[in-house]
Amino acid sequence: MSQNEAQAGEQIWATASAPQFLIHHEGDDVAVAVQDVDPGEGEAVYMDSNRAVTVRVADVIPLGHKVALVDLGEGDEVIEYSVRIGVTRQPIRAGQHVHVHNIRSARWQNSM
Amino acid sequence: MAEQYVTGYRRPDGRAGIRNHVVILPVDDLSNAVCEAVARTIPGTLALPHSYGRLQYGEDLELTFHTLAGIGANPNVAAAVVIGIEPNWTNRIVEGIARTGKPVEGFSIERFGDLKILSAAARVAQRMLQDASELEREPIERKELTISIKCGESDTTTGLGSCPTVSQVVDRHVNVGGTVIFGETSELTGGEHLIAARCADEQVRRRFQAMYDAYIEEIESSGANLLGSQPTQGNIRGGLSTIEEKALGNIAKTGTVPVVDAIDPAIAPTRKGLNFMDSSSAAGEFITLMAAAGAVIHLFPTGQGNIVGNPIVPVIKLTANPLTASTMAEHIDLDVSGLLWRKYTLREAGDRLMKLIDRTMNGRLTCAESLGHREFVITKLYRSA
Repeated sequence: MSQNEAQAGEQIWATASAPQFLIHHEGDDVAVAVQDVDPGEGEAVYMDSNRAVTVRVADVIPLGHKVALVDLGEGDEVIEYSVRIGVTRQPIRAGQHVHVHNIRSARWQNSM
Repeated sequence: MAEQYVTGYRRPDGRAGIRNHVVILPVDDLSNAVCEAVARTIPGTLALPHSYGRLQYGEDLELTFHTLAGIGANPNVAAAVVIGIEPNWTNRIVEGIARTGKPVEGFSIERFGDLKILSAAARVAQRMLQDASELEREPIERKELTISIKCGESDTTTGLGSCPTVSQVVDRHVNVGGTVIFGETSELTGGEHLIAARCADEQVRRRFQAMYDAYIEEIESSGANLLGSQPTQGNIRGGLSTIEEKALGNIAKTGTVPVVDAIDPAIAPTRKGLNFMDSSSAAGEFITLMAAAGAVIHLFPTGQGNIVGNPIVPVIKLTANPLTASTMAEHIDLDVSGLLWRKYTLREAGDRLMKLIDRTMNGRLTCAESLGHREFVITKLYRSA
């Protein structure tokens, strides 16, 4: 398929039926926004089970950024892809934006 | 489904390429000027300027030799002119390329000067270009062609869409008997246990683990703050928060097949299947190492929009980020952002990528080729003497 064909097929952005978030695996602590999401309620779909859930969103979540699905305490592990992606720097509530301001690498101590 | 056969150029050593370049290859930085002059004099040949090749020693020098000889030996190259400041190292590169049986000739500048070398090398380059123009494409089994994979300027859409699309191709190519190379040693951090678990046997696993541990020790011993470097500023803007999260997206492109070998940088794989190469994650360096190892096509998932190309290897770029697909369309060969909204399945995205790979193998220029992206970057291991 050529670039033009590809683009012609993709011009409709998020349709009404498209979810606001995808979640890699059942049991993950975070969902990834697949469009820019405003605070309120959003639909999230698990990619492994196809289960859809409703997420209460507290912050603005830009496309590609993560939202917490559960409450996490300070220093807790954060799970995505069923694997630890880091630890929290501070407590995070379900619905809050999850990024470098509130989580950090658990592996590289020099990743501040 | 993609065809079993594509078309390519059969080289004297039996290997097959999908491009037909005549390269003018400098051994060292000093020889860039005359190489570029040859390529200007004989349009259609391709100069490959780079920054190194002087006063290197030990493992670092060997890697530069392997890289330069490997680029000349790559089946996408029909013939090579090699120019260096002095004859000894020039001959080492010429001999490395000559093993493939393809036309190669070396020149050294000392005792002649740029202008005499220009005259002599241009005559040879002209004949090589004319001869290469007569080579015809013939049917090649796709599985003969080595594919390399690496993503760049990743974001979370990479792990959701573009990397899993590449994963489809990796499994399909390996399952019919093809070879795929991946690497990016430090970018496995947090998921390296997943790769270790996929190593075909204990020997490969130990070799992989030793390469990984040595690379990470080197990075950590610098004591530098890595946030902004790994993950990059672009990664962070795209929503990736940690090296672990980036690694898991990265690993999502490696398919499900076993890792059959862990190989040194710029060295051609000897085992069919999925090979790990100990390598930098910087795009230009990585694709240059893969080209030196004999990869003839590269698949490059990107999130925020890395625009890298290579002089001799077509780089196919795909993205699942709709913003990147629309704002940087001239760089994106395949838009799979529909995966984010579940408009089509991963298998369908994989089918589209397979079709595009076949068209590219058959001669269609990639976005990077048509824009003239020719990043040729030698991996430097340490300071020169």
